[in-house]
Amino acid sequence: MLASPKAEGHRRARRWWPWALLAPGLVWLIGLYLLPLLALVPLSLSEPVSRFGLDTVFRWRLANYGEVLGAYGPVLLRSFGFALVSTGLGLLLAYPLAYGIRFRGGRWQPLLIGLVVLPSLTSYLVRAIGWTSLLGDNGPVLGLITALGLTDLGNGLGLLRDGRLLNTPTAVVLGLTSNQLPFLVLPLVVAMQRIDRRLLEAAADLHAGGLRRFRLVVWPLSRPGLASALLLSLIPAAGDVVNPLFLGGPNERMVGNTIENLLLVQLQAPRAAALALVLMALISLAVVLQLRTGGLDDLALP
Amino acid sequence: MVALQNLSRRYGDHVALENLNLTVGAGEFFSLLGPSGCGKTTTLRLIAGFDRPDRGRVLLQGRDLTGAPPHQRPVNLVFQNYALFPHLSVWDNVAFGPRSLRLPEAEIRRRVGEVLEVVRLADLARRRPHQLSGGQQQRVALARALVNAPAALLLDEPLAALDPDLRRTMRAELQRIQRQVGITFVLVTHDREEALSLSDRLAVLHEGRLEQVGTPRQLYDSPRSAVVATFLGAANLFREGAGSGVRLLRPERLRLRSSAPAEGEQGMRARVRELVFQGATVEVRLRTDRNQALVAIDTAADVPNNLRVGSELWCCWNPADSHLLEEPA
Repeated sequence: MLASPKAEGHRRARRWWPWALLAPGLVWLIGLYLLPLLALVPLSLSEPVSRFGLDTVFRWRLANYGEVLGAYGPVLLRSFGFALVSTGLGLLLAYPLAYGIRFRGGRWQPLLIGLVVLPSLTSYLVRAIGWTSLLGDNGPVLGLITALGLTDLGNGLGLLRDGRLLNTPTAVVLGLTSNQLPFLVLPLVVAMQRIDRRLLEAAADLHAGGLRRFRLVVWPLSRPGLASALLLSLIPAAGDVVNPLFLGGPNERMVGNTIENLLLVQLQAPRAAALALVLMALISLAVVLQLRTGGLDDLALP
Repeated sequence: MVALQNLSRRYGDHVALENLNLTVGAGEFFSLLGPSGCGKTTTLRLIAGFDRPDRGRVLLQGRDLTGAPPHQRPVNLVFQNYALFPHLSVWDNVAFGPRSLRLPEAEIRRRVGEVLEVVRLADLARRRPHQLSGGQQQRVALARALVNAPAALLLDEPLAALDPDLRRTMRAELQRIQRQVGITFVLVTHDREEALSLSDRLAVLHEGRLEQVGTPRQLYDSPRSAVVATFLGAANLFREGAGSGVRLLRPERLRLRSSAPAEGEQGMRARVRELVFQGATVEVRLRTDRNQALVAIDTAADVPNNLRVGSELWCCWNPADSHLLEEPA
C-alpha cells in the first residue's frame, strides 16, 4: 500500500521528535563534558614549557603514560582497594537497612529513605571534617576503643596506627563508606520494591527460615539493584579526594589527590591529564563489563 | 486434624473473625465459603501462621501451633496469585520446600518427579514461571505445596485468577488430585459452585462469624439462616403467617402450571415478569397477587411453550420440599 503524504509526514515527524527531546541534554553533555574530556587527550601527550608555569606544548609524548603508571600504579591500586573495601563494608550495612526499609518500614518508609539520604544533603567536605573530630585522638571513637582495652588488638590488626585512628587507612575507608551508603541503599530499596512480599510468605510457608529466605529469594531478586549500587559506589569512591585528604596521611593518598597534586603543586598538567585519563579508562572498563553482563534493563537506578 | 478453637482476630475496630470454632477431619476436602471480607482468608492465614489470633488456638494433629512461625508448621498454602519464584525453574520451585526441610537429595528428586507427574507438568520442569500459562502456573503452585506432604493443604481462592473454562477443568483436576494424594484440603472461596461441587463439608462465614457447617447437601437443602440460604443459591423465602418463622423454597422445587394445586400441594397465583433462557434451564421471575417476588428454575423442556412475560399461572409446590429456617427473620 502506498503511504499517503500525510502519513509520510507523520513518520518523518516521529523520527526527529526523540532527537529534539534529547538535544538539550546532548548539547550539555557534549559541550561541558565530552569536549573538555577530549581536550585532555592532546594535553596528556604534551610537555610543560617550563617548570614554573602551566603552559604546555604538544609533542606526542606517549611516555607520559608510562611514567605516570610507573610512578603512581600503587596509588591507583590503593584507590581501587579503598573503593572496594568501603563498598563491601557499605553493602554489609546497606543490605539489612534496605531490607528493613522495604519489608518492615510500613508507613515510615518515606521517612526512613529520607533519613538515609539526609547526610548527602550536607557538603561532604563538612562531613569529612566532622569525621576528623569523631576519629580524632581525643574523639569518642578512640575513647571507646581505649575504654574497652582494644587498642593493642586494633594496632595488631593494622586498624590503628600507634593507637591512633586519624591518618590511617581505617579512617579513610570509614569516611568513604559513610559517603557511599545512600548510593548503596537506594538502588537496593528500589530493587526490593519489585519483590512481591508474598514471595517471602511463600518461602516461609515452604519451610525456609529467615536466612534461607534472604539467600534464596531476596538476594537473587535484588541483584539488579546490587549491580547499580556497586557502580554508584565504586566510581565516586575510587576518585575521591576529600576523605584521604582529611582522614588519611601521606600514605593514604588516593589517585584524586595525586592528580590534584600533579596539576596544582608540581605544575605537571600533562601528567595530571594522563593519570586522569587512565582513571577514566579503568572506570569505563568497569562500567562496560557491568553493562555487558547485567544489561541496562537490570540497572535499578533510583 | 485441623482444629480451630475460639479463634478471634481484630484489625483496629474491624472484627475480622469472632470466636470461630471449627474442626476439619483427616483427608477431608473442606471449604470456607463466604463473601469477601467474611474472614475466610484471615482464617487461612491464621492456620498458615502469617497472622496471629488475638484469642483462641490453632491445633494441628492435636499439637498447638498458635505461636509457631509459618516455616515450622506442617501445612502448605497455595497462594491466590500463586507467588511462584520468578527466578527459579518449575523444578526448583517445587524442590524449594523439600530442600528447606533438608531431605536427602535422592528423596527430593523422587518426590519432585512424582508430584510433577501428579499435576502433569513433568515435561515443563525446566521452564520458568513466566513461560507458563495461568493453568500451568496454578498446577506448579499446587505441586510446590503438595510435595512437602503437608498435614493439611490450604488453598486461597486458587481458581479465581483463571478464565471460566479453565476454572472448570482445574476444579476437576483439584478433585482428582485430592483423591489421589488423600491429603486434607482446606479451600477458601467465594464461589458457591466451587464449594458445593468440591467439598466433603463446608463452612459458611459471614461478617467474621461461622454461620453453618455441613455437607453441601445439608447446607443447600436445610440452611439454618437466610444468609446461608441465599449465599448457596437462588432462594424463595416466605414469611410464615402464624409464627415468626421463614420458609425456604428452592426455585427448582416450584412447578409452573395453568391448573390449580393438586391434593397435598400448595400454590399461589403469579404473573411472569421476566423469562431468562439459560440453555438447559429457564429461569422465570414472577410476582404473586400478594406482591411477593418469586423465582422458578425449570428444565427448558418442562416450561410450557406458551409462557410469555405477563402470563398468569399457578406456582405449585409440595410442602415437604420446603424448609423452615431455624433462625427467625
